[in-house]
Amino acid sequence: MTKYRVNKTKHVDQTKTVSFDFDGKSYHGFEGDTLASALLSNGVHLVGRSFKYHRPRGIMSCGSEEPNAICQINEDTDLTEPNVRATEIELYEGLKASSQNCWPSVNFDIGGINNFISPFIPAGFYYKTFMWPKSFWKKIYEPLIRWSAGLGKSPTKPDPELYDHKHVHCDVLIIGGGISGIIASKIAAKNNFKTILIEDKNILGGSTIFQKNENYKINDKYSGEWLNEEIAELKKLDKLIIKTRTSLAAYHSYNYLLAKENISDHLPLDKRNGGIRQRLWKIRADKVIVATGAIERPLIFNNNDRPGIMLSNSVKKYLDFYGVSCGFNNVIFTNNDSAYETAVSLKEKGISVEIIDIRKKSNSEIVKNAEQLGVKIYWNSTVVNTFGLRKINSIEIMNLSEDGSNVVGDKNRINCDCLALSGGWTPMVHMHTQSGGKLDFREIDQTFIPNEINKNHINVGSCNGDFELEEIINNTNKKVKNFLKVSETEFDNISILNSKELDKRNLWLLPNYISEGKCKSFIDFQNDSTAKDIKLALREGFKSIEHVKRYTTTGMATDQGKLSNMHALGIIADTAGVKMGTLGTTTFRPPFTPLTFGSIVGRSVGKFFDIIRKTSIHEWHIQNNAKFENVGQWKRPWYYPINDEGLHDAVQRESKAARDSAGILDASTLGKIDIQGTDASEFLNRVYTNAWSKLEIGKCRYGLMLNEDGMVYDDGVTTRLGENHYLMTTTTGGAANVLSKLEDYLQTEWPELDVYLTSVTDHYSTASICGPNSKKILTKIFPDKDFSDDAFPHMSYQNGKIDEINCRIMRISFTGELSYEINIESKYGKSLWEKCIEAGKDFKITPYGTETMHLLRAEKGFIIVGQDTDGTMTPIDLQMDWIVSKKKYDFIGKRSLYRSDTIREDRKQLVGLLTDDPNEVLEEGAQIVSDMKKKPIEMIGHVTSSYFSPNLNKSIALAVVKSGKKMSGQKLIVPMENKNINVTVSDSVFLDKENKRINA
Amino acid sequence: MFLINCPYCGERDQSEFSCGGEAHIVRPKQPTELSDDQWAEYLFMRKNIKGVQFERWNHAHGCRKWFNMVRDTSNDKIHAVYKMGEKPPVE
Repeated sequence: MTKYRVNKTKHVDQTKTVSFDFDGKSYHGFEGDTLASALLSNGVHLVGRSFKYHRPRGIMSCGSEEPNAICQINEDTDLTEPNVRATEIELYEGLKASSQNCWPSVNFDIGGINNFISPFIPAGFYYKTFMWPKSFWKKIYEPLIRWSAGLGKSPTKPDPELYDHKHVHCDVLIIGGGISGIIASKIAAKNNFKTILIEDKNILGGSTIFQKNENYKINDKYSGEWLNEEIAELKKLDKLIIKTRTSLAAYHSYNYLLAKENISDHLPLDKRNGGIRQRLWKIRADKVIVATGAIERPLIFNNNDRPGIMLSNSVKKYLDFYGVSCGFNNVIFTNNDSAYETAVSLKEKGISVEIIDIRKKSNSEIVKNAEQLGVKIYWNSTVVNTFGLRKINSIEIMNLSEDGSNVVGDKNRINCDCLALSGGWTPMVHMHTQSGGKLDFREIDQTFIPNEINKNHINVGSCNGDFELEEIINNTNKKVKNFLKVSETEFDNISILNSKELDKRNLWLLPNYISEGKCKSFIDFQNDSTAKDIKLALREGFKSIEHVKRYTTTGMATDQGKLSNMHALGIIADTAGVKMGTLGTTTFRPPFTPLTFGSIVGRSVGKFFDIIRKTSIHEWHIQNNAKFENVGQWKRPWYYPINDEGLHDAVQRESKAARDSAGILDASTLGKIDIQGTDASEFLNRVYTNAWSKLEIGKCRYGLMLNEDGMVYDDGVTTRLGENHYLMTTTTGGAANVLSKLEDYLQTEWPELDVYLTSVTDHYSTASICGPNSKKILTKIFPDKDFSDDAFPHMSYQNGKIDEINCRIMRISFTGELSYEINIESKYGKSLWEKCIEAGKDFKITPYGTETMHLLRAEKGFIIVGQDTDGTMTPIDLQMDWIVSKKKYDFIGKRSLYRSDTIREDRKQLVGLLTDDPNEVLEEGAQIVSDMKKKPIEMIGHVTSSYFSPNLNKSIALAVVKSGKKMSGQKLIVPMENKNINVTVSDSVFLDKENKRINA
Repeated sequence: MFLINCPYCGERDQSEFSCGGEAHIVRPKQPTELSDDQWAEYLFMRKNIKGVQFERWNHAHGCRKWFNMVRDTSNDKIHAVYKMGEKPPVE
């Protein structure tokens, strides 16, 4: 046992040794230790360097508020994690941790030079300095800042661990397992509420559980002992779920809360067995009881940041819970009674302690207790300086003036190896405010406390501003009874002995004989902001607390200012001469403590990241060497390379085959909407730009759909299957949106229409066969059917049968070739496809993918919504005036087609582009200009589709160009990085303008 | 994340719904009779108030029905839900 382990407690098992590494050195701790308590038991205080000045920093607290002791753990493994608080991580065998933000080592850090040049790097230094000269930014400032910025190192390998999400509903959720949380849980569970209690530590009991002081007793027992019995009883209740190692991250509206459960973080790496590491609980609670406690405040004075300077209650917890004395020569610096409990505890174990109290005098029971034990108390005094390079070794104190604004008398030097601070308590109101709750300011002890108006949650215990044991128990009991409508509880009549605090004095910034400019009085320890920085910000004109925060970075580190925000507010209020209550606070935002990315995404990683949709023919595509592309959630064959063919060669071959003989495309992914009802025709009239009433049964028609603003939204072919029955097809990516848009109009604007919409995209598989030989192939598949142009003309549909299975045959074309589509129930999709391939064998039928489809339609000048349009193109811009009905009174978007903006003649319009060099293929997205001389060069459009056409043996492109309609034959330039490409504006239809091939 | 009481399905998590913006903006029956300004008023202008607002919501991952909701945008309190075509509550 090390000499600092002075006390045996039941929370740390001193028979079970745990070995660990810190900064490459091996140490021993015990089961039940945190990394922080184990380091302290080895006398290690110095654990890191501060962010800006690289000052040596030590462990300060014992919980989530820790600003200094943040480590990198499991370095050089794929489990490495930065910014882990040593005060929270449970010690396990083989744990490897190291300090952050120091180079080459925590004991000798080059960056420490910043401490000596600190007068030159005040608040806003970065904003002020790196402005000029501009040319320095890229080569000097940015690399330097990037090298020195940041705390830990982020992992470079994929996270191998599993994370989970769990959705839970409960009657009562209690946040925090301290004394008030335990009382609340017991009342709730005993009264038959389905209750969940969450606690972020590994055991229940908060800071009462290690309380063993004569001045604080419940039913004649030490409060810790009493609570221990309560916990034992609590664990037997069956209406209650207790979750330890679970911290609340966020409290959203309607009592929806997120909590992170650590499942395996406390286990040695070899015992984790690939199980779940963390689970994110998504809790919807009927009622929430917040019992998150309070955080002890430090005091703000010169050089208040040396290793060995800690929070008083933490010193007590290390002693009474972990059995570790943080020093043998302790000084406590306080403004309140709670620090005297620490003094009594130390003194009772024979450890030297003295107290410096800024109050003038106090006669409370606990103070008398300390005095009786012989603790020396310096009343009305303050610390003005501290000494010791890597650990504190002495302090300098002086007396305070009557009003506390100055120091008087002589300096008195006291040796010490630990300075425990207590500046009072700050209720943890984070959860209350996250839920939308407001705060009130309580003058007497300068705290913000919850103002409860929300009927669905209450705050109990010290997070509600109740700090005395008696208040905590009685108020918690009373509030919970009221909240849960319970008439009596076991806590109604218990006897509580409680030393009461009689005197208070608070000074946000302690006075000094040293001038303010030379004092380093740290407020935010992690981000190195000092009282001086805050005052500078105020002098420079920042008034709002939110601005001061951002300018000085106070409260913006990984601890989110849990220790610093109140002092920053206090100093602003004092300096500006306003009341603190009127300043308000900065916003408390979730998460309360950082969440891992793993816990946020849960199982939605890898193949579960998004839904993957495959057609029924997918297997065949894989067997035939298809390369796939993602279209929305669909996997669509992109091209089918033969041997080691690349994209270009495959597409050239596929395109040629489709026009010379026959090609086949899996078109199953196109959106399909079944439309039925007596008003179906009228409905189509209103949603498409063209007329539908006169479409005969058995005929197909292409339709263009606009948004109400007149811009093209979707397109597709719709077939009239019966008098009141249509089948609409949409683009693959637009299917879901089109359906919701149509539903929206039907339900909200035209509820009088008798129309029913059903998505049937997944119900049918589609094989599309095109090319001059397609008719012959169809005849082989359907030998009884007459495919002559008279019997089965273009843009018509017929029913057919393959082996007694019904299918629909549409003669429609997206390639400009003679073309048929066969729709069949999805489960027969693959056999239909194989039948087509078999029937097409004699004609060398060639499967083609989306890339060839795009090329073929571009040759014909057919648009793809989303590629050639971008939500700013009207049908007129696309030169598709022919599809816009002049006769129809109204359709979606009609009125917008003649707004002043849409009738502008200089809008971007769709045109064809031919490169002067027919082998030069333009890049899609490339900008187009007409005049390279006039500066700045005006960009008049961009290329939307571009291919090398094997059928025309030249490069073709579609583009949108300002006033393009009038530019036919005009020369334009497409400037690229290394050259300018000369192009000529052409018609957008490059092949078969006469539409002969469709009837070939 | 609020709980929304779908008038057809009952209370469901917000993640099942999508918001369709301000409610009670009726599509003009005769758009061709409107001036550019009048049409733009219908097409583009939305109030987006801080406070009590009438909104359209869709139970997108549920019954797919549209309905109206009265919500205070400053604190997300939902004052009422009612079906399309029903009169909005007065207070």
